[in-house]
Amino acid sequence: MTAQATRTAPAAPGRGGARWSFAVREFRFWLTDYRRTWRGSVISSVLGPLLYLGALGAGLGSLVNRHAGGTLGVSYLTFIAPGMLAATAMQTAFGEALYPVLGSVKWVQNYFAAVASPLRPADVFRGHLLFVVLRLTMNCGVFLALIAVFGATRSPLAIASLPVAVLTGLAFTPALMAWAVTRTRDTSFSVLMRFVMVPLFLFSGTFFPVTRLPGWLQPVAYVSPLWHGVELCRTLSLGTTDLGGAAVHAAYLLALAAAGYAAALRTYARRLHE
Amino acid sequence: MPDADQADGAAEILVRARGLTKRFGDFPAVVGIDFSISRGEAFGFLGPNGAGKSSTMRMIGCVSPPTSGELTILGLNPVTDGPAIRARLGVVPQENTLDLELTVRENLLVYGRYFGLPRAVIRERSAMLLDFVQLSDRAGDQVEPLSGGMKRRLVIARSLINEPDILLLDEPTTGLDPQARHIVWDRLFRLKQRGVTLILTTHYMDEAEQLCDRLVVMDGGRIAAEGSPRALIQRYSTPEVLELRFDPGDHEQAAEKLRGLPAERLEVLADRVLIYTTNGDEALAAVGGLGLEPLTSLARRSTLEDVFLRLTGRHLDD
Repeated sequence: MTAQATRTAPAAPGRGGARWSFAVREFRFWLTDYRRTWRGSVISSVLGPLLYLGALGAGLGSLVNRHAGGTLGVSYLTFIAPGMLAATAMQTAFGEALYPVLGSVKWVQNYFAAVASPLRPADVFRGHLLFVVLRLTMNCGVFLALIAVFGATRSPLAIASLPVAVLTGLAFTPALMAWAVTRTRDTSFSVLMRFVMVPLFLFSGTFFPVTRLPGWLQPVAYVSPLWHGVELCRTLSLGTTDLGGAAVHAAYLLALAAAGYAAALRTYARRLHE
Repeated sequence: MPDADQADGAAEILVRARGLTKRFGDFPAVVGIDFSISRGEAFGFLGPNGAGKSSTMRMIGCVSPPTSGELTILGLNPVTDGPAIRARLGVVPQENTLDLELTVRENLLVYGRYFGLPRAVIRERSAMLLDFVQLSDRAGDQVEPLSGGMKRRLVIARSLINEPDILLLDEPTTGLDPQARHIVWDRLFRLKQRGVTLILTTHYMDEAEQLCDRLVVMDGGRIAAEGSPRALIQRYSTPEVLELRFDPGDHEQAAEKLRGLPAERLEVLADRVLIYTTNGDEALAAVGGLGLEPLTSLARRSTLEDVFLRLTGRHLDD
């Protein structure tokens, strides 16, 4: 495309492909932006899992293995590793979908710069979402590689837990972005993290089977997107996946992602085209 | 009438609004305004904060759908053809929306990519544009430490990256010191000389006088008057104004006496009295003849500020 062509015959975004080409322009903004901070983020994406796998898997695990005997069927490290993988996806989603979105309308205001160009609010949302998918893939990919290094997997199917972990992150991401773009302050973010993310992290079967929860709490765990992600990752990692169960988990996560996506298209349009 | 200036029929109309209205909930920001802007014109929206200037500007920028009325930009409909119109607009928003942690050049690169421009084209245009706004020596620097005037010039360079047909400037020099303002005005004037169509909002009457061929005075979401700065002054004010300041204790009394003067109009403000007249010096002599002794007196030309005061009874910066 020549500059002249761009000026005199601006590519009107059509359906399908052309629409995503506009989103890619926004995605490239985030890549440029990320060039500033990628070193730190890669280091923490390696160090975090190392600390967790080391402290909980090897440290706490040695205790659990001795006392829980064969309750889990596998070593504690092998049990929690896929759970931690899914939880990492959730944490990445919270990290990438709240503050960066609010910053884009409030502090850096890059969303407003973008919608002054041919990009529409929907393109801005999709482009940013693509970038979060990249971040999810990076963080979960590193985690999965470290799980393999620790020898904490039982099946070659474990490789499929990477897309599943990304999907787990995607069950949260669009909904969080849809909400964050409507905010004018970040005060509610820490509340959300403390009272939603952390409980989900602790009670979604990440560290112990949800069957160990009090009976009244178990249905709550089944609503948690993270539990579905944890279950799916764990069965893949242990090689115990059954197709029916996997389909239900994946469908639940996909439905949440789709609902968040639809909501975000609306809230982005309202916020960026007032 | 808005179209009077296009009476020759030669000028191509780039923006046309009829009954343009914008409401936010119950609040009417813009109430049924009409205007037309021709190619090559420098057109201004002058008014105080809250007059509806920025709302109008955002509708022209296709980032705010009109509530009702007609709006045509470059022959297209902003609601359905937003991306195609925006591809041909340059926007200098009220807030800079620069990425402060990126460099000057990276800001242009990121923005150029939004328009789908190839990297080589962006690089070439960036060099020219940074030269134009006198920022070439800062190209590789982070934006954060740049002065307010430099940031504003960078936003102007950025707005030109797609070689726009129309440049929209929302309060282009608000918050800048006088020297920085003059540099910005100089650059905008050069763009105007090159035939770029400028549409700007301002609450500075000097900015409007310096840059605008034609302007509308906005107040409360409506257009109060329309014309060239000179025509507006001729129509709504006198050639000269005599400003008098009295001792606060004598202010009321003096103003009462001044009503006897043969002036066209008298404005009694909280701190000053303005006498609208054809000749300020003669008016001052007449004031002396009444036996009044103002603390200070200033005879000056009428400005758009006087036009605004006449039309609305208030000041632009109120």
